[in-house]
Amino acid sequence: MNKVLIVAEHAAGRLSPSIARCVRCAATIPDAETTVLVLAADGAAVAAQAAAIAGVARVLHVDHAANAQALAAVQAPQVAALAVGYSHVFGPSTTFGKDLMPRVAALLDAPQVSDIMAVEAANRFRKPVYAGNAVVTLEVAAGTQVVGTVRVASFEAAPGGGAAMIEAASTTAELPTHTRFVALESAGSDRPDLQSAARVVSVGRALGSADNFKLVTAFADRIGAAVGASRAAVDAGYVPNDLQVGQTGKIIAPELYFAFGISGAIQHIAGIKDARTIVAINKDAEAPIFEVADFGLVGDLFQVIPELERLLGGQ
Amino acid sequence: MKRILVGIKRVVDYNVRITVKPDGSGVNLDGVKMGINPFDEIALEEALRIKEAGGAEEVVVAAIGGADCQQQLRTALAMGADRALLVQEAARVEPLVAARVFLELARREQPLAVILGKQAIDDDNSQTGQMLAGLWGRPQATFASKIVIQEGSARVMREVDAGLETLEVELPAVLTADLRLNEPRYVKLPDIMKAKKKPLDVLTLEQLGVANRQRFTITRTDRPAARQKGVMVKTAAELVTVLRQKGLLS
Repeated sequence: MNKVLIVAEHAAGRLSPSIARCVRCAATIPDAETTVLVLAADGAAVAAQAAAIAGVARVLHVDHAANAQALAAVQAPQVAALAVGYSHVFGPSTTFGKDLMPRVAALLDAPQVSDIMAVEAANRFRKPVYAGNAVVTLEVAAGTQVVGTVRVASFEAAPGGGAAMIEAASTTAELPTHTRFVALESAGSDRPDLQSAARVVSVGRALGSADNFKLVTAFADRIGAAVGASRAAVDAGYVPNDLQVGQTGKIIAPELYFAFGISGAIQHIAGIKDARTIVAINKDAEAPIFEVADFGLVGDLFQVIPELERLLGGQ
Repeated sequence: MKRILVGIKRVVDYNVRITVKPDGSGVNLDGVKMGINPFDEIALEEALRIKEAGGAEEVVVAAIGGADCQQQLRTALAMGADRALLVQEAARVEPLVAARVFLELARREQPLAVILGKQAIDDDNSQTGQMLAGLWGRPQATFASKIVIQEGSARVMREVDAGLETLEVELPAVLTADLRLNEPRYVKLPDIMKAKKKPLDVLTLEQLGVANRQRFTITRTDRPAARQKGVMVKTAAELVTVLRQKGLLS
């Protein structure tokens, strides 16, 4: 039997939607039993949310003041201590999981598979390399403990309706004090979360200025979408960093993706290739984005967006 | 001496469009342009700026790989690094082994910080820096977009999914560079000439006491599932019509 430990990402008492996707990934491991581990100052609420995910057998929560912020240096020794006996130790391939899991792997002296997009066997996984331009299948010796980050765009969320057992846990791991949380600057909006949104509206360098961004956000709000951006738009200072979609930004898989004024560099495509439907609007008919778009329209975003709003507003 | 150690990985140039070999044995690398991993270049630039601002006295760059990594180390020396170390190894090196190599180098060099790129653009793993910090028992500040070196500590702004997080880490620490940390300088011709005289030492894994343990077998390399090119519409009205027909917009 395989035992999977998933480290929960959460903030402000809410479990990240990425965890239900990790649970789905774990369910593709043959004969697996899944435990979710919640490290928090007070993890009861998050543990209850994790317990409600179908397919979770058990939720462990370690409540400790040091866990008030998710610091990899503080969490890794606790995860490593509790990971004994688990065949797989997974986290989401978000900045949380990317930061934490390799440190856990080092403490466990276990190999890590980053960005798991498919499980072929308990010891064989597929992952993208070269910005998604190739996919490798990696195998470890049978019985090797494996650490992994789950490419959340590759898995649907496991449904709710679960009723896992919840247990308080503790460790004797020594927790370092050499790393201190200072601040988190978050744009914070009422829009859907970019990484789990069903619809995403993204914009590129063609936006031209930070001021023009409200045109895009207004359209996103009109259709209930999250907003994203290409690296070019972020580097130009038009939009905040955390909206970057692509190889080194967020990898997303919405039902509907609008790319306004995005040329379609391979690094950007790497972040959207799992979108169900891609719609591209670009002035340049030769833009590479049209090679991957399901629907393309050659046009200026400053004309097309108001027109889309008008057309959708008239229903 | 106040020193910064920077990791340099030789990777396929970021502009190269990678193709997969038809037999699934890997990607085509013959005759492909190689360069310094872009994130490592940013890491080096940051180390150089810290030194120029008086926060460090020496910048040491280190690479793991074949003899041809000397090209990238020479480029790094031309950018301004003071010394280079090549840990020469012909076989594939996995992140845990790379982290052990950097741990040994850190023990020898006693740097106040090790700065690495946040990920290499070939295997896209993003593991080595965090593993090094774990093995070393030192702080990590990954995905850095701003680094301020203070007395005995560093204040690092990190690009995280929720926004920008600031951490304070005691030194020595492992920092990994994100895209917007800086824009690396261009190398000038006189610097390339000067770099030829700078020290570049070659070491082996044995000298460092690190075994190249491979845990992974790469059983196959595939082309990703390709998206089909879709249809071009002529007007916004036509676009709205097709999206409504598909049930994607109401």
